[in-house]
Amino acid sequence: MMLKTGTERVKRGMAEMQKGGVIMDVINAEQAKVAEAAGAVAVMALERVPADIRAAGGVSRMADPSIVEEVMNAVSIPVMAKARIGHIVEARILEAMGVDYIDESEVLTPADEVFHLNKRDYTVPFVCGARDLGEAARRIGEGASMIRTKGEPGTGNIVEAVRHMRMIQAQIRQVIAMSEDELMTEAKNLGAPYEILLQIKKDGKFPVVNFAAGGVASPADAALMMQLGADGVFVGSGIFKSENPEKFARAIVEATTHYQDYKLIAELSKGLGTPMKGIEISSILPNERMQERGW
Amino acid sequence: MVKIGVLGLQGAVREHILALEASGAEAVIVKKAEQLDDLDGLVMPGGESTAMRRLIDKYDFLQPLKDFAAHKPVFGTCAGLILMAKKIHGQDSAHLELIDMTVERNAFGRQVDSFEADLMITHVGEDFAGVFIRAPYIMEVGQDVEILSKHNDRIVAAQQGHFLCAAFHPELTDDYRMHAYFVEMAKEKKKETVA
Repeated sequence: MMLKTGTERVKRGMAEMQKGGVIMDVINAEQAKVAEAAGAVAVMALERVPADIRAAGGVSRMADPSIVEEVMNAVSIPVMAKARIGHIVEARILEAMGVDYIDESEVLTPADEVFHLNKRDYTVPFVCGARDLGEAARRIGEGASMIRTKGEPGTGNIVEAVRHMRMIQAQIRQVIAMSEDELMTEAKNLGAPYEILLQIKKDGKFPVVNFAAGGVASPADAALMMQLGADGVFVGSGIFKSENPEKFARAIVEATTHYQDYKLIAELSKGLGTPMKGIEISSILPNERMQERGW
Repeated sequence: MVKIGVLGLQGAVREHILALEASGAEAVIVKKAEQLDDLDGLVMPGGESTAMRRLIDKYDFLQPLKDFAAHKPVFGTCAGLILMAKKIHGQDSAHLELIDMTVERNAFGRQVDSFEADLMITHVGEDFAGVFIRAPYIMEVGQDVEILSKHNDRIVAAQQGHFLCAAFHPELTDDYRMHAYFVEMAKEKKKETVA
């Protein structure tokens, strides 16, 4: 019987199945198992979490394939991995390894300062970061099947993710409320493909799943992002840089599901130990802010 | 009108709500056991079955779901099908154990192997767009289980009494025939119970 792989519906649908869930950064099999047992819907296999990438400096690349493979063998949930912006070969390597989702990520040092990947070319789906609707729509235009806020990775500071989620949600509402003859000018102003804005207006919703990422460090942070309209949450350094990763991971999963049950979130926030230390955004030089990467 | 719940712990919940409403049912998201009380049926959506199971256990949801299923219709898609199976290949224990079948998780491969294929589904119709995402399939069924659909000789939809399951995602298409079939099952069951 005829079957088609890598269709838009299959790639976007994969992200639909992650909704309401938490995707956790892990650097080895042991952490991946902790994440799976805590109820993560997927793991992101990395060589270093963003906080350590930030501390180490230098050029940050795709993880060693043996780490990705180790994580893939350790868990039954989907495994994601990061490729550098515009790095066609890193993305093809991860696809060839059977990774379930690729993050074309500003957390790594960009390989191309002009062009992102043509993500329509791949069978594997992609997630990309965005700070506003124009950036999100450009990535969808290139074939991204899922969007996440950029936030400011590795800081444990939620303020940038909040800024980006509020911006994207407000701009989506504006586009839906516009009359069709205003859309082309809006597309020009946002730097967004017209067809994507037209689709948003016609469907009355964003065409792909939109997660929060970049700075989530507590159960309350995760619930906050859900309340602001996120479909789910990525937690990078926040879990395995905390004092008690297992407890933290479970609490963040539960707070994401029951994000409006404040009594419950109070209970799960008790005695979690010290979260990751965190960085005030204004103390990071503008040229060291990861969210500025991508075009 | 029948009222159908969609288990809303994690996964593609909103899509099922829309499909149920388009099929003439009232649809609500269910996050807590007490919300099961006034429902005529329940949908268990696609998502990650391991994540859903942990959230089910955490809030003592397993027994209330089993009690509900004893006399009300349940429809599971993908991860929902896994939750309904009596046996899961390679695992010592299963979840709700509603349908007498053995299933294998991620049985078609990883995400790059996810696919679409047209299906013939008994009681539902032909040319149904089956969207399979890291999908399970049914390896074998007991004698009380009716096989509703096969793809390349693998069982991908089945029914046992008031339980319905699919390895694919009807909620990701705008073809609501399978949801309409389930809503009819819920209406029939409600009539029986009232009579």
